[in-house]
This record gives sequence, C-alpha cells and structure tokens, in this order.
Amino acid sequence: MKKKLLSALLSVAMVSALLVGCGSKTEAPANDAAAKEEDASAKEEAPAASAEGGSVYYLNFKPEQDEAWQNLAKAYTETTGVEVTVVTAASGNYETTLMSEMGKSSAPTLFQVNGPVGLQNWKDYCLDLTGTDILGELTSDSFALSEDGKVYGIGYVIESYGIIANKTLLAKAGYDVADINSFDALKKCAEDITARKDELGFAAFSSAGMDSSSDWRFKTHLANLPIYFEYQEDGIGATDAIKGSYLDNYRAIWDLYINNSTCAPAELSAKTGDDSRAEFLAGEAVFFQNGSWEYGNLTADGAFTDDDLVMIPIYVGAGDEANQGLCTGTENYWCVNSQADEADIQATLDFMNWCVTSEQGTKAMAEDMGFVIPFKKAVESPNLFVKQDSAYTAAGKKPVSWNFTTMPSEEWKNGVGSALTAYAADQSDANWDAVVAAFVDGWASEYALANGQ
Amino acid sequence: MEKAIKRYAPIFVLPTFAAFCIGFILPFFQGLYLSFCQFTTTKNAKFIGLGNYIRVFQDESFLDSFGFTVLFALVSILSINVIAFALALVLTRDNLKGTNVFRTVFFMPNLIGGIVLGYIWQILINCVLSIVGKPLLALNSTAGYWGLIILMCWQQIGYMMIIYIAGIQNVPEALTEAAAIDGATPWQTLLKVKLPMVMPSITICVFLTLTNSFKLFDQNLALTAGEPSHATEMLALNIYNTFYFRAGPQWKGLGQAKAVIFCILVIVISLIQFKATHSKEVQQ
Repeated sequence: MKKKLLSALLSVAMVSALLVGCGSKTEAPANDAAAKEEDASAKEEAPAASAEGGSVYYLNFKPEQDEAWQNLAKAYTETTGVEVTVVTAASGNYETTLMSEMGKSSAPTLFQVNGPVGLQNWKDYCLDLTGTDILGELTSDSFALSEDGKVYGIGYVIESYGIIANKTLLAKAGYDVADINSFDALKKCAEDITARKDELGFAAFSSAGMDSSSDWRFKTHLANLPIYFEYQEDGIGATDAIKGSYLDNYRAIWDLYINNSTCAPAELSAKTGDDSRAEFLAGEAVFFQNGSWEYGNLTADGAFTDDDLVMIPIYVGAGDEANQGLCTGTENYWCVNSQADEADIQATLDFMNWCVTSEQGTKAMAEDMGFVIPFKKAVESPNLFVKQDSAYTAAGKKPVSWNFTTMPSEEWKNGVGSALTAYAADQSDANWDAVVAAFVDGWASEYALANGQ
Repeated sequence: MEKAIKRYAPIFVLPTFAAFCIGFILPFFQGLYLSFCQFTTTKNAKFIGLGNYIRVFQDESFLDSFGFTVLFALVSILSINVIAFALALVLTRDNLKGTNVFRTVFFMPNLIGGIVLGYIWQILINCVLSIVGKPLLALNSTAGYWGLIILMCWQQIGYMMIIYIAGIQNVPEALTEAAAIDGATPWQTLLKVKLPMVMPSITICVFLTLTNSFKLFDQNLALTAGEPSHATEMLALNIYNTFYFRAGPQWKGLGQAKAVIFCILVIVISLIQFKATHSKEVQQ
C-alpha cells in the first residue's frame, strides 16, 4: 500500500513539476514587471542614500500618461538633481497597488484619491496641504479636496464628458450639431437614424456595453446627471439618502441609448469599452458617450480630425437645457504622504509646484498629457473636447459638476450597474423598479455601511 | 542507501521548509493578528478585538457565497472524479491505439492559466447563450454556475486522469487475472478489485478537487466576476472584494477575518475528507 501511495504521490509531484514549468511561462511578464519595479525602486533608493535632499515617488493613476510622466520626471531630475520615480498602476488596480506600495518602507510620497469617498481610505496618510505654495496656485478653491477645515487633496486635472458625435455621419443623416440642443431633439434624431438604419448603414449610439471595462460610463458618469439635478433642486452638494427625483429622466436617456444602438439591448451585458470605441471609430455609430480623455484614442493614426468630432452635453430632459454645458470636474486629487520623511515631503511639494508653474512642467501637462490643469500658469491644451468645454462655458452655459464622487461606494455603483444591465435585457417596469431600488435604497444602505462602524 | 537518505533528510527538506515558513507560516500568523485589527496598510494596524469576526457572521454576502461554494464543490468534485476515473479506465486498456495522444490531449487544458480559461469560456458560453436566446452570463446565475462547473471539469479532468492512470497501472496483474479465472465479470473486477486498489489515488484526487473548488478564484473572477449581483461569487472572490473594493479601514480587517475563517474551513474539511477516504485504503 505504501508503494501505491508513493507512486501516486510521485505522479502528483511529476505532474506538478510539469505545471510549474509551464506556469512560469505565463508568469514571465509579471516577473518582468516586478523586476522593472525593483529596478525602479533601486534607482530611487540610490540617490536617497547619497543626496542631501529627499526624493519623490509618484504613484500615477493614469496609464495613458505614463510615458509623459516618465519624461517629465527625467527632465526634473536633470534640472534640479532631485530623483523622481514614477510608477504607474495597471488600469483598474490603483487602490490595490497603492495599498501594497504604502505598506513598503519606500512608500509613494505622492499619490491620488478620487474624491471625498476615496479620501476616507487614505485620510491618515494625507498631509494637510494648507499653506503650501501649490494650493495658492489653484484657480479656484473648489478644486481643493478639504475636510474638517483641512486640505487633503488638490485636483490637478479637469476633465469633461458628454456625447461625442461624428459630425460627418450626422450630416449624412441630415442633421446639424446645432439642432441637437435638448433631449427631445436628441431623441428625435436618434430615433430617426434608427428608423433609417439599413439605408444609412450606421446606428445612432455605439453599444452601451455593460462589461466592467465600459459600465462606468453609465453606472457612474450617466448616473451623475440625475444626482446633479437632484442636488441642484435641493441646493445640496452631498447627501446620505438620495430621493431619485430625476430617475425617470435617467430611464429615458438609458432607453434611448440601448434601443438605438449598434446591437440588440440583450447583448449589451457582454460588450466592452473597446467594442464601443471600435464601433465609433469604424463609423458604425454617430454618438459615443465618453470624455475628453478619449481624444487621444479617437485622433490617433489620423482616425478622426478635429473637424469630424464634436462633444455635446448629455441632455436628459431636466433643468435648463438651453444653458446646459458638458459634465466637467475632477476625480483626480493629488495627495502627499504625511508619513514620508520630512525631506521627501518637501521634495514632493517642490516637484508638484514645479509641474504646475514652470514652463516645462505646464507645457508637458498640457501638450504631452493633454490635461487641463486648474492652476494659474496653465498652458492651453490642444485637446478639442477641452477647448469645447471652455467654449460652452464662455457662451454662458453652465457645466454639470461631477457629483459621482459623492456616491457612497463602489458597491453602490455595481448594484446600479447590475440592475441597469438586467433592465437592458428585459425592459419591464419591474426591472426598472429594481434600478430605482438599487439607486435609492442602495444609496441609503451603502452610505450607512461606508460611514458606520 | 536508506540510512544515507535519512541522515541527509534535513538538508533536503530545508529549502522547501524555509519557503513554507516565509511564504505560508509567517504571513498566516501576521494575517491572524491583522484579523483582530482595523487597518489601511499592514503597518498601521490597530487592535480592536473580536469585532471583525462578529461582523463576518452578520455579513449575508459571505454566507451566500459559502452556500454557493459548497454547492459548486459538491457537483464539481463528483463530476471531475467520475469522469477522470472513467477516462483513466479507458486509456489504460491494452487494445486501444494512441492512448498517449489521448492522454496528452486530455491533459492539455491544465496547462492554460485560470484567468485565460475563464475569459475563453466566457466568450464561448455567451455565444451559445445568445444563439439560444437566453440571458448572457452577466445576468444568468444558473448559466454562471454550470459554466464554472464545465470550466473546472474541462481544466481538471486531465490532471486527475493522469493520477488515476498511475494508480490503475499499479494494480498487480496477478489480482485481475485471478479475478478473471474465478469468473468475475469486468464490472465486478472493477468494483471489487481495481477500485479498492486505487484508493490512494482517489484520496489524493478528491483532496485536490475539494481544495481546488473551495479555493477557486481566477476562474470565478474571469468567467462571471460574481455577476449577477454577487449571485455567483465564491468565497475567495468574496474575500477579495471585501478587502480591495470597499473603501475605509473597517473593511480590511473584516476581509482578513473572512480569510482566516476560510483558511480554517478549508483545512478542516480537507482533513475530514482525507481521514475518511484514507481509512478505506487496503493493504496489499
């Protein structure tokens, strides 16, 4: 019997050896990344030991701008001699990366949170920025993230989102952007395009995919509109219990998206963000709800030029539509690690200040990264959607603020997302009631969970 | 020879033992401590006593995912082992040509990582579901459940099959021949001779499938990600979501406490199973 067990064990061992051999192959890129990271931290530690001043370790949130940040860091080191390490977390993994990096002995000195809710997680690590130079550079205090009279974060990039439209296709369908100035006009246009879909060869909206790579456009960004109008009506900026006064408008716009799309509503649950973008790029759809950060993707390789594209506000049939602008705000707040060394903190503050005041820094942020930064010395960005936002504002239209930073938790967003997906597959009133429940009741229960003990 | 091996045993054991201590024992005890704490990162833990454990049992999502995991484990252990054993029987027959090719083919799925498999099967299953006009995986917990079972069977059957083959090949021919001479039918030979003789393999295979199904994570994350609304969320994924996707220090300790309970649960269940099947093994 012993022999049996032994031979069985041996075969397990053999098989697992085989597995390990093969497993390591798939893990190679991960190791590679780890090696790079080690490399980076080694680089970072070296001068810290020798140099008299501190060093900066920036954990970057935006993978699209990684290269630009690396270059800017290098340039800063060349001019000042202060070592700056920029590590970018993989898309969607910022919180997990930050959590593990913060536990290390060489923790990030500069990191970011996404707003008041995100701040709760990291408050113990955020330096009070009151009185720092960079705070004085902000064009408006509303870009500072403060709590209890202390400033914990500084919004460093302003972004806008709305409905991106393909002007060429719109003209083909016989419409002009200027005509689409209300929800009713948008609805009429979209439904007309759907009616003539076969003749025109394109649909109104690119797929409103509810895969996790795309569902944030609807469970977070689109959900911002009913929240915004409710906050406006009630004159508040946050709440522990949402009433859902504008959820009928939410349903109307969601119906419009899913029923005038490139695919059947039931298929949306599996559509990804890439699917949606690809459809828009291929000219299969006129409208594409997304934000200024998509500018690079849409204009890369000459896919579109500035003349082809326009971003219009998301009209939901609420408020003063004639004066509604794009949804503009920030969920990117810089925070300085309060538990870092004194010298590192100073180096970090200097670096931040340099980025937003020096010629090189502001130019890199505007041109290489395509950011609009809310600082006094900012350079104008070439990003079309950003320029449009300014144009809308200049024309007296009121931007819709980003209130989704007050959503009680990720779990709330997921609940709304799930309910929206179920509703898209079967558009019954009962399923919409589930969305309302997730929105209103979910808000109250998640708020209690997030803020209670 | 045996003496020499015995003498040097500590040296051979050392690397694995060290790795086991650094990679398992140490983190386990650190985790145990953290499960009694409230913390954001592991460095600033604040001791709060048993609060986290009390909250675990108030957390319905944890109990739900426990139920789902048990349901999944039962069906997948049964199906994987039965099918793997049947395949092993077929592929150890002398008169079958190309057994090696078949063995390789059945084993191959095991070489692909769980995440990749999960996404491949997600596409396949969604495609089938959309053809038959049923809600896709993200809205269909039944399809998610059976999808996970199919995926795990597909991945693990080959592995278990190899272990069973080794076991079956070790059944002494003298025994099967004697059985044949005594007039036993092939079915009787299988149940009364082969099965008891491969009990050690069964112990190992059931142990592996049991722990694998309880600890399942990658496939769960990739195939369904717990959708629709946590209905297909297994224990490991529930812990992961608690720990990483909840903002605020009060969740980290809760996730950690769940992980400790999870770990103890898996150890206890697999020990019981090991005892139960081990006792059925026969001496040759």
